[in-house]
Amino acid sequence: MSLDAKIPEGPLKDKWTNHKNHINVVNPANKRHIDIIVVGTGLAGGAAAASLAEMGYNVKAFCYQDSPRRAHSIAAQGGINAAKNYQNDGDSTYRLFYDTVKGGDYRSREANVYRLAEVSANIIDQCVAQGVPFARDYGGLLDNRSFGGVLVSRTFYAKGQTGQQLLLGAYSAMNRQIAQGKIAMYNRHEMLDVVLVGGKARGIIARDLVTGEIERHSAHAVIVATGGYGNVFFLSTNAMGSNVTASWKIHKKGAYFANPCYTQIHPTCIPRSGDHQSKLTLMSESLRNDGRIWVPKKLEDVKAIREGKLKPKELKEEDRDYYLERRYPAFGNLVPRDVASRAAKERCDAGFGVNATGEAVYLDFASAIMRYGTTEAHIQGLHNPTQDQIRELGEKAVENKYGNLFQMYEKIVDQNPYKTPMMIYPAVHYTMGGIWVDYNLMTTIPGCYAAGEANFSDHGANRLGASALMQGLADGYFVLPYTVGDYLANDIRTGKIPTNSPEFDAAEKEVKDRLERFINIKGTKSVDHFHKELGKVMWDNVGMARNAEGLKEAMAKIKQIREEFWKDVRVPGGLNEMNPELEKAGRVADFLELGELFAKDALDRNESCGGHFREESVEIGGEQEGEAKRDDANFAFVSAWEWTGNPSEAKLHKENLVFHDIELKQRSYK
Amino acid sequence: MNLTLKVWRQKDGKAKGELVTYQIKDVSPDSSFLEMLDMLNENLVNEGKDPAAFDHDCREGICGMCSLYINGEAHGPGRLITTCQLHMRSFKDGETIYIEPFRAAAFPVIKDLVVDRSAFDRIQQAGGYVSVNTSGNTQDANSLPIPKDDADKAFDAATCIGCGACVATCKNSSAMLFVAAKVSQFALLPQGKVEAKRRVLNMVKQMDEEGFGNCTNTGACEVECPKGISLENIARMNREYFSAAITSEE
Repeated sequence: MSLDAKIPEGPLKDKWTNHKNHINVVNPANKRHIDIIVVGTGLAGGAAAASLAEMGYNVKAFCYQDSPRRAHSIAAQGGINAAKNYQNDGDSTYRLFYDTVKGGDYRSREANVYRLAEVSANIIDQCVAQGVPFARDYGGLLDNRSFGGVLVSRTFYAKGQTGQQLLLGAYSAMNRQIAQGKIAMYNRHEMLDVVLVGGKARGIIARDLVTGEIERHSAHAVIVATGGYGNVFFLSTNAMGSNVTASWKIHKKGAYFANPCYTQIHPTCIPRSGDHQSKLTLMSESLRNDGRIWVPKKLEDVKAIREGKLKPKELKEEDRDYYLERRYPAFGNLVPRDVASRAAKERCDAGFGVNATGEAVYLDFASAIMRYGTTEAHIQGLHNPTQDQIRELGEKAVENKYGNLFQMYEKIVDQNPYKTPMMIYPAVHYTMGGIWVDYNLMTTIPGCYAAGEANFSDHGANRLGASALMQGLADGYFVLPYTVGDYLANDIRTGKIPTNSPEFDAAEKEVKDRLERFINIKGTKSVDHFHKELGKVMWDNVGMARNAEGLKEAMAKIKQIREEFWKDVRVPGGLNEMNPELEKAGRVADFLELGELFAKDALDRNESCGGHFREESVEIGGEQEGEAKRDDANFAFVSAWEWTGNPSEAKLHKENLVFHDIELKQRSYK
Repeated sequence: MNLTLKVWRQKDGKAKGELVTYQIKDVSPDSSFLEMLDMLNENLVNEGKDPAAFDHDCREGICGMCSLYINGEAHGPGRLITTCQLHMRSFKDGETIYIEPFRAAAFPVIKDLVVDRSAFDRIQQAGGYVSVNTSGNTQDANSLPIPKDDADKAFDAATCIGCGACVATCKNSSAMLFVAAKVSQFALLPQGKVEAKRRVLNMVKQMDEEGFGNCTNTGACEVECPKGISLENIARMNREYFSAAITSEE
């Protein structure tokens, strides 16, 4: 199959408008006869379900949680970008587009990103109309803050809970449609396969997670908005239930999987404390504005700290290695996420990690506290204040800025970050890769769409802060409602899709057989055992820095773990009941296939770009010595993988990335 | 740490449940409460027994999926946290811990520690929204200034995570704090004024139909709420309700 992105003709800025003007529209009377399935109720899925139902389609929405309000979009902290230019700092659609493409290290699709920037302003208007309580200034107008890697203030926020408020907005819009009967909501349901009839997506097989019943649901189109696959690493900042299953099922039925190796590893997370750990917690990257990152210079000091004989604040200035300031004098502690993460790993790999696991660096607020304290003393007119007075004033100032984050840290780690430096370590946070989609967000299966983090198109190889919320809502509120209609215009005479066809029979049988197989293995090891083994291989060999040898080894190891899993996993309980272990088994089985494709993709991409760092592709000599080296001549393409029956034999299709409106440049932070 | 756990086990909604005693050894004080339960379940699976089902997802205190009544308190000891933010260092070595589901007539048990909180969704469906369609041509967000104090209060009410701790804690199993939070958010904002009367009447009606109890101003809900939703919201909802009931023309 050829890979046609279906990018509309014409100048970049007119593409979306022209496209909307020329695509097909379904007449309101006909919408009543058309069914759409939406899987996932986060920002993309929730917004799409509500908007399509408002237009008159019959929507069936599915989520594995007990309520659509709990999707993991809810955990996003920082904010949402929009090119409103309320701050009069020269922001524009073009500038937001440019920042996003550059931030993504020139591996995203230009036309999609421009559309994203174009509809960003509408998102804010829509959310305010829904009653989303964004932060405001004393004049009653919306407030903004700035965020990593950009020069303007375009981020809208609701304290540290922006994702929650936006999701509750989409949830309320869904509720209105549920009450009107236009959305049929299936909570505690998991999609276990897509059903193709005549080559088109015409329904899904789902399991009722309460009764265990396997259900058939038909529709004229299927939208998968089920988020990212960071949990392939076992430990990540994703929710425990976040999974790749829906995406993986459509992949195995014909949807290409794009750039699976593009993962964002976020530098400021709370380190792992031991083997009991089930997930990692992110702290806003805004902490790097005032915290200085360091490890000891001498290994003997590291040893003393780990043994508790030396306290970090007792270490003299000259014995500390502020490695970001040393390596990147221009940006210092404010280098982008991927660079900061890799530098922390480099120091810890060299043996300088400061906690028991050897995987932690310090984020120190001592100098910020004294700096703010001195300023505060001046303001208060204190003459010759003591060091203690300055420290006290400074701690208050830092509390005003970061109080909630410091409190969260103290709850988890049980150390007071005002008195001793915080410990941080990078953690898997977001996956830029996902299901390949064309400009209309349609996958390579006709009638099957992918939206939000589940698709691949907008963030390239690295996502900028506050862009995930923007993309999810753009896809759900403002893209899919148009593009799905264009496709469905051919379905107005189709009538209801029957669920008693041989295609549904076959799909249901496949799902049931697989579930029975899990139960019947009756092995000796738990699902989590295999998930943790997979996670370790992913983290060690396919994590922040990758090389060919390690990736080949990872592919072999993952295959081996997968084989063992299918021989020796133990899934207690039965099929026809609530069975969380059975749910996990299905998800981990899919991660065990995805993991191998992930490593294969990383192996194939022999360049360093964004979150993907290949040790073989580094700058040699000069100022940039040792830094990531992108290879535009050979790798300016999207890798779209076709399933052929085995992850290691997936077939590569390339979508060449052409940039008409942007010049490709190296990212330098020296 | 070594602990004795008394865990509520119940096969399904129809079965009779009971507290079952388990011993658990070598729990790290740094692990979270749910990680301790993961460990218990891993042990049970390895022993060939059925693990205990419990609801959880984000494990960072925001999704509202985790519940649990621990030693007689919703979300256990500690204030302004959910169960997933509770750490084992809050307990003593050798302690016996009672773990039960959230109990309320409107929250029937599904299995073990998992309850059905869909009544909350139905209350929201009765009016917890502003009736505005997705539009590519909505008025500019800044064309409607909102006083900062109102916006901040609306935000504070809107931070409710819908976990149900207020109901589980209340001796009457009242859902007033939950409903009041949503009613308040919209009552404080101009966008919500148009439908304010209908909203409060319909949401309260649905709350009553779901079988939640009445509010007797004990205030336990406010104490146990992981997001610190204030009782002031209940007072505001009562004002909204009375004025709507008196002036409603329906």
